[in-house]
Amino acid sequence: MSSALENAPAPVPGSVGTPPRTGVASMLSRGHVGTLAALIALLIFNFLFTPHFATMQTLSVNLTQVCVIVIVGVGMTMVIATGGIDLSVGALMAIAGAFAPQIFQGLLFPVPNLYVGIALGIILPVILAGCFGLFNGWLVANFRVQPIIATLILFIAGRGIAQVWTNGDLQVFKVPEFQQIAIGRVFGVPFQVWIMLALVLISAWALRRTVYGRQVLAVGGNEQAAWLAGIPVRRVKMLVYVISGVCSGIAGLIVIAMNSAADANLIGMGIELDVIAAVAVGGTLLTGGRATIIGTLLGALIIQLVRYTLLANGVPDAAALIVKAGLIVLAVWLQRQDRA
Amino acid sequence: MATAEPFLSMRGIDKSFGNIPALTGASLEVNEGEVMALIGQNGAGKSTMIKVLNGFCRKDAGGITFNGETWSASSPEMAQRGGVSTIFQEINLIPFRTVTENIYLGRELKNRFGLLDLRRMHDGARALLAEFDVDVDVRRPLGEFSTAIQQMVAIARAVSFESRLVIMDEPTSSLDEHEVAVLFETIRRLKAKRVAVVFVSHKLDELYAVCDRVTVMRDGRTVAVSPMSEMSKLQLVATMLGRDLAEVRRAGATAFTEGTRAIGEELLSVRDVAVGRRVHDASLSVRRGEIVGLAGLLGAGRTETARAIYGAGPHEKGEIRLLGKKTDFTEPVDAIRAGIGFCSEDRKHEGIIPGMSVRENLTLALLPALSRAGIVDEARQREIVLRFIKEIGIKCSSPEQRIRELSGGNQQKVLLARWLCMNPKLLILDEPTRGIDVGAKAEIQRLIRKLADDGLGVLMISSEIEEIVEGADRVFVLRDGRTTVELDGAAITEPAVMGAMAHGHGDVE
Amino acid sequence: MPRLHASAGFGALLALVLIITFGAWRYDGFISEYNVLSVLRYNSMFALVGLGMCFVIMTGGIDLSVGSVAAMSSVVAAYLSPYGLVAGLAGGLVAGLAAGIINGFIISKMKILPFIATLATMLAASGVALLLSNQQSVPASYETNFMALGQGDFLAHAPEWVTGDDAGLLGGLIRILFGFPIPAWIALIAYLVGSLILNRTPFGRHVLAVGGGEEASRLMGLPTDRTIFFVYVMSGFLAGMAGVILAAQFGAGQPIEGVGWELFAIASVVVGGTLLTGGKGSVGATLVGTLLLGILFTVLNFENGMGWISLSAYWQSVLRGAFLLVVVILQSRLTRSAAAA
Repeated sequence: MSSALENAPAPVPGSVGTPPRTGVASMLSRGHVGTLAALIALLIFNFLFTPHFATMQTLSVNLTQVCVIVIVGVGMTMVIATGGIDLSVGALMAIAGAFAPQIFQGLLFPVPNLYVGIALGIILPVILAGCFGLFNGWLVANFRVQPIIATLILFIAGRGIAQVWTNGDLQVFKVPEFQQIAIGRVFGVPFQVWIMLALVLISAWALRRTVYGRQVLAVGGNEQAAWLAGIPVRRVKMLVYVISGVCSGIAGLIVIAMNSAADANLIGMGIELDVIAAVAVGGTLLTGGRATIIGTLLGALIIQLVRYTLLANGVPDAAALIVKAGLIVLAVWLQRQDRA
Repeated sequence: MATAEPFLSMRGIDKSFGNIPALTGASLEVNEGEVMALIGQNGAGKSTMIKVLNGFCRKDAGGITFNGETWSASSPEMAQRGGVSTIFQEINLIPFRTVTENIYLGRELKNRFGLLDLRRMHDGARALLAEFDVDVDVRRPLGEFSTAIQQMVAIARAVSFESRLVIMDEPTSSLDEHEVAVLFETIRRLKAKRVAVVFVSHKLDELYAVCDRVTVMRDGRTVAVSPMSEMSKLQLVATMLGRDLAEVRRAGATAFTEGTRAIGEELLSVRDVAVGRRVHDASLSVRRGEIVGLAGLLGAGRTETARAIYGAGPHEKGEIRLLGKKTDFTEPVDAIRAGIGFCSEDRKHEGIIPGMSVRENLTLALLPALSRAGIVDEARQREIVLRFIKEIGIKCSSPEQRIRELSGGNQQKVLLARWLCMNPKLLILDEPTRGIDVGAKAEIQRLIRKLADDGLGVLMISSEIEEIVEGADRVFVLRDGRTTVELDGAAITEPAVMGAMAHGHGDVE
Repeated sequence: MPRLHASAGFGALLALVLIITFGAWRYDGFISEYNVLSVLRYNSMFALVGLGMCFVIMTGGIDLSVGSVAAMSSVVAAYLSPYGLVAGLAGGLVAGLAAGIINGFIISKMKILPFIATLATMLAASGVALLLSNQQSVPASYETNFMALGQGDFLAHAPEWVTGDDAGLLGGLIRILFGFPIPAWIALIAYLVGSLILNRTPFGRHVLAVGGGEEASRLMGLPTDRTIFFVYVMSGFLAGMAGVILAAQFGAGQPIEGVGWELFAIASVVVGGTLLTGGKGSVGATLVGTLLLGILFTVLNFENGMGWISLSAYWQSVLRGAFLLVVVILQSRLTRSAAAA
């Protein structure tokens, strides 16, 4: 089967009375069973009915498609876990993507050699995207602006900044060393997939096992109680937007590395919807307090596989959008029934 | 007394939520043009009684007749149409909308084009409010006016439905003295119009000022009905708390035992603190190793004072000292760092994080100390969690069980453990045993005593008189936002505490 | 407590007047008939979408689907345009209405958060648009008078004495009236009706009451679910109308247009001073907000035309964002000081 699933073994039923599980198994809970079952059903369907499904080629295509969505989804899941939302992710991707080529090509300031340039070209744009995330967090935490509106500002202005910065021009580059971050292969799997898996595993672990992760969930679960228990609610909120910005920055770099070109008009366009859809389908509570990053990965895979299944069986891509809409409503509705 | 069927009669009312009974055979009778006081402690069942009457919830058993007919309202709206209006404690109007709209929402006047007849509505609103001596610009948003005006608008709205019975649920809790006077005038006018009023309040003076009779509820039952003038304040408080005056010196009813009384230095001193409208002049102190009770009727300002100490609410005046040093907490986290823990009276909304496990809830405040480089030390966490579950006797299937699945008593134990694992100097407990079954209650009381004996300072707010009398080493009584009495040792008796709650001084006469 | 919506709406109006004055002073042809009419023609679509959004936001909700619903409607309208103006118009409106009903149902009956519900219908509507159009723009018919909905005016019906060169001042003014683009008439009428609904019907008052306190409204016996349902229906309907104009103005149904319209609409509503948490708002101020954001773009074009500086069109989104930032911060300050008072 696919390597993504090998990394995520079958769920251990979260029966009460067992000691806290460690490692990857602990990140899977009862909540994943439904999502995972849907994914497996899709896989079985495809093995049976879709020609050429069980090939490395297919796997690679599908994983590459979800990579960017999942990477952004890691940050989005954290934001949603606090009860917020981040609409600006696509715009922040564009900013990071537009900024990077100018650095590693030495257009902004002289770089001593290619490798230093690439290192700076990766680090600085990601930091920049993080700073814009900080701006989002500042609005949400300090001014108590609703997250949807606070991040709407950069959704509108952020892409504009990237476009103004590059004058809207397509920046084509040929720097294979940089492009390795997307298309280089390790054990036959594209490097970006490894980045995605690393981010997913680290953040899923962090959400459970670090003080900060627990505080994020506590703030989303009951902000007032968290505040009274001495949790620095504002700082916690601020930081999730920074994380979301950093994830968007990384995703932006992967997109330009894949295309060997940066187009501020297109990088990350509309991705916020795909990401929110993946988070919702994955089982993260949109009102906050319960979040699963593995779920977001599964959610993205499900949406992608549905799309792939439909396409491979001759259904046009547009129809997949309608199916995706139905999936979102269904997933959120099921969540509601579950809680009631 | 007339023997005719009373105007409103509720008899043998049963109501339970889940399997917890809120009302058992409760009754309430009100005559036409009568102001009936309805009093009782938290959980006595008076709100449920009101909700059954106004259609907010359905009764399980019992009969209600109103104005000679069987009453069966199934929503507040239906009740209103049937002549019963409710003014809720939290003013349930829309602050952004104008005064006129708030009066006419849901039954707007239209002109012949089917559009709103604004002029007629404004005139109507103005005329209606004039009846209550309220003269405001009715075209302005309601939120621009004082709480008293808003309250009057709510009353005007209720009355304008041609109500025959008006229920007022703590209408004075946010009014100042003058505003209360205006409200009372309104009630007298309603009375003159033969409208019946059910008046819920915890301020005893008010009851005597405006009510004809009083119905006292306790534990879901109606325990006394009497003309207001035939019941003294002290009797009223005693009935409400379920204490027979003659029996007051009877043996203890709680699990508090005599402590070792190794009382140490002063931990906390609060002097002349004022908070908002509720607290005017509160003073108290807590020493190491003692339980200090903070008593008072509902709305006396106990919770507000506690929150001010904890940095969870601002205080305008006075000073708070911890170990002799003046504090300036702006956030709870400051207080926590200084060694204070706080359990809110609202366990559900301000205590537990329902979706999280017992383990996660228990270590919420301790997390920073439980971690190295931001990573939680799982082994230590597990050790601490298991230790407290065992020590305090938290009944859960495992530390991983979600806290919302636990009983109230066990939730409270987890919340206590949340602070105890921090090794605090001072613990503020706001109604620590509210809504907790008898067995768990005794366990929690025993635990609090033991903690104090081990050197912790405890400030305990409680509405249960025996909890205060038997549990506390010293007692401060708040009445209408002022500390009236400090009682110590043998001076802590039920009559003294109740007297202070009722009159503002500890003497019983 | 300051009169929040009035002051914010007034601020927007002041900014609009200032920017127009600035434009008129700085650029030739800024207040020329051609420029004014084209600004009106183009922004009428956004005005319609903004009106629907305004009602939705006043209940405390949000409608992210308006852009793709408009795109879907434009495709439907373009397909039906060969059967005449009425067929195209009706088709577009029905498509918008259908989307609105679905939104209303999911939100008020299934109790799903507005933002996620309309996000889903946004995807679905754009899927329908792409399916119907086969992912290409659908040319609208020039044979019928359908295009008048997007580009027409009543100039042809104007009496001769106002169209001639010697029309004089009065004639000139009347001529402008006849020359007023049809889509702008539609938007204007929609705003008048919308304002009437908001201010003079029980439904309008209930919209604000629900936004100002849903629980309190329910206790007062207001039909809260029905009110919420209908604002989404209304928003869908108006987005449908905008879609019809889109098809008629550009001569084709545009399945991929409408991206970002929802956010533009939200921005205009907010700039107009409508409270995002609901309960307070103004229809007129939303129109001002739409025009303000629209004219900013025109000013940029003119500025570039001057040749002094070369501000790319991309600056418009940066400026819009900055604008929104200022408004949002002001709003948060005002609401907080109001809460403290």
